[in-house]
Amino acid sequence: MIGLLSYLVFFLILALVFGIAVLGLNLQWGFTGLFNAGVAGFMAIGGYTHAILTGPAREPVLGGFELPFAVGLLGAMATSGIGALLVGLATLRLRHEYLAVATFGIAVSIQLTFLNWAWLSGGVLGLIGLPNPAKTYLEGSLAQNLAYLAAVVLIAGAAYWAMQRLVGGPWGRTLRAIREDELAAASLGKNPVRIRLEAFVLGSMLMGLSGALYVGFIGYVGPLDYLPIVTFQIWTMLILGGSGNNKGAFLGAVVVWAIWTGSGFVISRLVPPELQAQSGAIQAVLIGLILVVTLLIRPRGLIGERLEVSRHARS
Amino acid sequence: MILQHIADGILTGAIVSLGAIGLSFSMKILRFANFSHSELLTWGAYFALVLYILHRLVGEPLGGALGPFSFGLPIVGAAALSIVATAALAIALHRLVFARLERRAGAMTMVFASFGVALLLRNLVLLIFGPDPIYYNTALQFAIRLPGGVRVLPDQIFVLGVTIAVVIGLHLFLTRSRAGIAMRAVAENPDLAAVSGTDTGRVILWVWVIGAGGAALAGLFYGMTVQLRPELGFGLILPLFAAAILGGVGSLYGAVLGGLIVGLAENLAVMVIPTGYKPAIPFLLILAILYLRPQGIFGSTGERT
Repeated sequence: MIGLLSYLVFFLILALVFGIAVLGLNLQWGFTGLFNAGVAGFMAIGGYTHAILTGPAREPVLGGFELPFAVGLLGAMATSGIGALLVGLATLRLRHEYLAVATFGIAVSIQLTFLNWAWLSGGVLGLIGLPNPAKTYLEGSLAQNLAYLAAVVLIAGAAYWAMQRLVGGPWGRTLRAIREDELAAASLGKNPVRIRLEAFVLGSMLMGLSGALYVGFIGYVGPLDYLPIVTFQIWTMLILGGSGNNKGAFLGAVVVWAIWTGSGFVISRLVPPELQAQSGAIQAVLIGLILVVTLLIRPRGLIGERLEVSRHARS
Repeated sequence: MILQHIADGILTGAIVSLGAIGLSFSMKILRFANFSHSELLTWGAYFALVLYILHRLVGEPLGGALGPFSFGLPIVGAAALSIVATAALAIALHRLVFARLERRAGAMTMVFASFGVALLLRNLVLLIFGPDPIYYNTALQFAIRLPGGVRVLPDQIFVLGVTIAVVIGLHLFLTRSRAGIAMRAVAENPDLAAVSGTDTGRVILWVWVIGAGGAALAGLFYGMTVQLRPELGFGLILPLFAAAILGGVGSLYGAVLGGLIVGLAENLAVMVIPTGYKPAIPFLLILAILYLRPQGIFGSTGERT
C-alpha cells in the first residue's frame, strides 16, 4: 500500500512537472500558433541554470553557488526567458514550418553546447548531488516526496491560474485574433510581432521552470536528458490533451506519462535487461502511435479548445 | 589537408543531396515539412541490408566483390529492391496517415504527424536490429591516392558517380516525361494545374516515390561509406532540411547544390571549430539563408509561404 502510494506520488511529481512545460507549449502553439520544435532546449536551459545556481561547488566546474532552491527556479525562468527572447528575435518572423526547423535546430545546438562546455555543465557526466530542500528538512522518502509534490502542485496551480487569467483576458483574445487572422488583428492596431514574442518568451519560461523542477527533484542534470525525444513527448502530451486548453495540457501530461512509465514497467518485467535499448524503443513507438492515432481519430485531443462565438453572432 | 576535407565534403554532400531532393519536393508540392523523411534513409539502408544478408544466405548467386570495390552485383540488386521497398513504405505512410489528415487539417497537423511517424519508424529499426552499428561488409579497401595527397575509397567514387547519374536522370524525368512536367506544374501552381486536368493525386504519389527512392539510395550510400545505425537518418535531419531550404524548396539543382554546400561546410568547419559542434553547422546555414534569401538560392521570389 505504502509502496503504491510512494509510486503514485513519484509519478504525479514528474507528470505535473512535465505538465508545466506543456502549459508553456500550449501558450505558444495552442493560443498563438507558434510552432516551437525546440522545447527540450528551453527545458535544458532551465535545468542547467537551476543546477549551477543551487548545486554544491565543484572545483573544475564553474558555478555551484549553493543558492536557495527558489532562487534556482527564478533564475531558470530568467535564463530561459532571455534565451527565448534571443531565439524569438532571430526566428519569429519565420512562418510555421521554417520556425519548426529553426527551433528544432536551436534545441540541438543548445544540447550540444551543454554537452561540450564541460567547464560550465560538467560535460557528458553532467552535474550531480544537487540539493533537494525536501530531503534536507524531512526524514523518509515518502514524506520528502509528498513535500516536493505539494510544492509542485502549488507551482503548477499558480502557473495554471496565471495562464487562465492571461488567455482569458484582453491579451489572450489578441493572441487568438493574431493566430486566426494576423492581418485583421494588425489592422485593429495590434502589434503581432511584439505579442508573438511575448507569448514565446512566457511559454519558454514555463519550459525552463519545468526543467528546473525536474532537475531539482532527481538531483542530477545531464545532456542526455534533453534529446529531441523530450520535445516529441511534450508535443504528444499537448496534442493528446487538447491544444488550446490549459486543463488539456495537464490531462495530456498525466495520460502520456502514465502510458510511458506504465509501458516501461511492463516491458522491464518482460524483456531481459540486456535488451534495454530495445525496450526504450517500444516506449518511443507507443508515443509515436499515440500522436499519429490522436491526430487521425481525435485531432482536437481529449478536451480541445472551447469554441468561442460572439454573442452577437449567436443570435 | 584542406583538399582532403573538400573531397570528404563532396562525398557527404552527394549523400545529403540525394536525401534532400525528396524533402525539397515534398516541402514544395505536398506543402509540409516532413520530419519523417530522414527515417526513409534509415529504412532504405536497412532494407538493403536485409536483402544483402538474404543473398548471402542463398549462396551468393550474383557473385562477390567486383574489382576495387567492396561490393559487387548483389549490392546493385539490393539497392534496386530497397528503392522499391522504401517507395512502397512511403506510399503506405501516405495512404494510412498523411492523405487522411490532409483532407481535414492544416499543414501543421501534417508536421505533427510526421513527428509521430518519425518516432515510430526510427524505433522500429532500433527494436528489430538493436542499437549497435552494422556494416554491409568489413572487407578492407585500398584507398586511391589522387593528386594533392587526397585519399578516396573506390566505393566513394562509385557513390559520387551514381549520384550524378541519378540527378541527370531526374532532370530528364522532370523536363521530358509527362509525369515530370505535371509535377513541375503542380509545384508552380496547384490550382491552375488541377483545372488544366492534371491528376494531382498521381503527382503526389510520384513525389513520394521519387523522395523515397532518393532517400533509399542516400541511406544505402551512407551505410556503405560510414555505417548503419538506427539513428542514421535522424542524425541527418538538419543537414537535409538545410540542403532543401538553402537550394530553394522544389528545385532539383537547388537540393543538389544545397547538399554540396552543407557537406563542404560541415567538413571544412572542423578545421576551425571543435568537432563536437559539427552537428550545429547545418542549423547555422539554415538561419543564415532564411535571413539573407528566404526563398533559397534557386527559389522563386513569388513563392507562397
